[in-house]
Amino acid sequence: MTDDTSRAQHDHTHGEPPAGGLTRRHALACMAWAGTGLVWTLAGGLLSSRTLGQAAAAPLAPGQSQLGDFSFVQMSDTHIGFKGAANPDVMATLHLAIAKINALQPAPAFLLHTGDLTHSQKAGAFDTLAEALKEVKTSQVFYVPGEHDVFADGGKEFLNRYGQGTTGNGWQSFDYQGVHFIGLVNVLNFKAAGLGSLGQDQLDWLKNDVARLSSSTPLVLFTHIPLWAVYPTWGWVTEDGEQALAMLKRFGSVTVLNGHIHQILQKVEGRITFHTAMSTAFPQPAPGAAPSPGPLQVPAEQLHRVLGIRDVRYVQGQQALALVETPLG
Amino acid sequence: MAAQAAPSPIQAEVATAAATAPQVTVEQAMFGPATLTIRAGTTVTWVNHDGDLHTVTSTRGLFASPGLDAGDTFAYRFSAPGTYPYFCALHPHMHGTIIVQ
Repeated sequence: MTDDTSRAQHDHTHGEPPAGGLTRRHALACMAWAGTGLVWTLAGGLLSSRTLGQAAAAPLAPGQSQLGDFSFVQMSDTHIGFKGAANPDVMATLHLAIAKINALQPAPAFLLHTGDLTHSQKAGAFDTLAEALKEVKTSQVFYVPGEHDVFADGGKEFLNRYGQGTTGNGWQSFDYQGVHFIGLVNVLNFKAAGLGSLGQDQLDWLKNDVARLSSSTPLVLFTHIPLWAVYPTWGWVTEDGEQALAMLKRFGSVTVLNGHIHQILQKVEGRITFHTAMSTAFPQPAPGAAPSPGPLQVPAEQLHRVLGIRDVRYVQGQQALALVETPLG
Repeated sequence: MAAQAAPSPIQAEVATAAATAPQVTVEQAMFGPATLTIRAGTTVTWVNHDGDLHTVTSTRGLFASPGLDAGDTFAYRFSAPGTYPYFCALHPHMHGTIIVQ
């Protein structure tokens, strides 16, 4: 990521749009990152990004000397059942995303789905996704819910399907080759005027979950709504996210993967790096760049550039993370 | 409602709302009007004109629509006077209030 992009992002995530509407500079700053579709690689201690096309054609970016010890994929916001101008065929783009995953070398060890599996919990939507994901060449899929997966029934169907082996309302953690993965649920306490929240019970669980870990254990958190304040005006924040992050400050390497906002945003805070993901279904506007956060219609030929998945590679023994962004062509 | 010699502005608004089927539209992630005053026994219809999925969900759990796609409607009859705040369960920053007189 360049310094300019960092600053542009900082402006967006911590400030309101300029009074009197968007300036050209502001709009261009939005465009600088709203349309990037990237694959993340965590290798040699370096978190770098490539386009999906680059990932399929050349598994290693220039300068990378070795493959990661393992890789995994983040998929998000598949919104099965969405029908709108922003994407008339979300199954087609999902299948395209699956093809991209299956072309990755090496194959991902597992897949993390960071929520909004379905658009409106209509009958059969979870089945449709499950059937499609059978095509993914990976051993396991871990899920956290988005608000679209739980708003109609408080999460009953989601937890019936995906809650096995989890605690509370779907909280989960597992270890994989020295990395500790934690899936958090922040969409079940939606109230009027509310935002995403974890709740005290889950925070207590998290505190216990990490208590036994040495500070050198790399952590990867995945949850639907960003744990940091991306844009509270649109509810793009977890109100008690800071309390969770405070528990993780002693760790040398913390990577937080979120969905919800259908675009890539990054932030580094101390030793914690935050990344939001693209959707496979439709893009959303940059924070404050539109009157509302609804689906963003882009020219048809640009749609595939703003949708995608994320590939993460990890090399054991490397603690420090650094971000390198490779813009699309 | 008790008859009075000079109707207050609120009463005039009630009369207007009763004359036409009271409706709340959803556009650009906002309920409009955000506050609607009606007579007891009136049915309010919400119409989603937004390109996004929304709900009409009572803050106190009195009513809850399913997910409303563009063009979908939801109706609820308010029988008792009172103030009825509601929100969108998918976008909790979206609020509305029905005042029943």
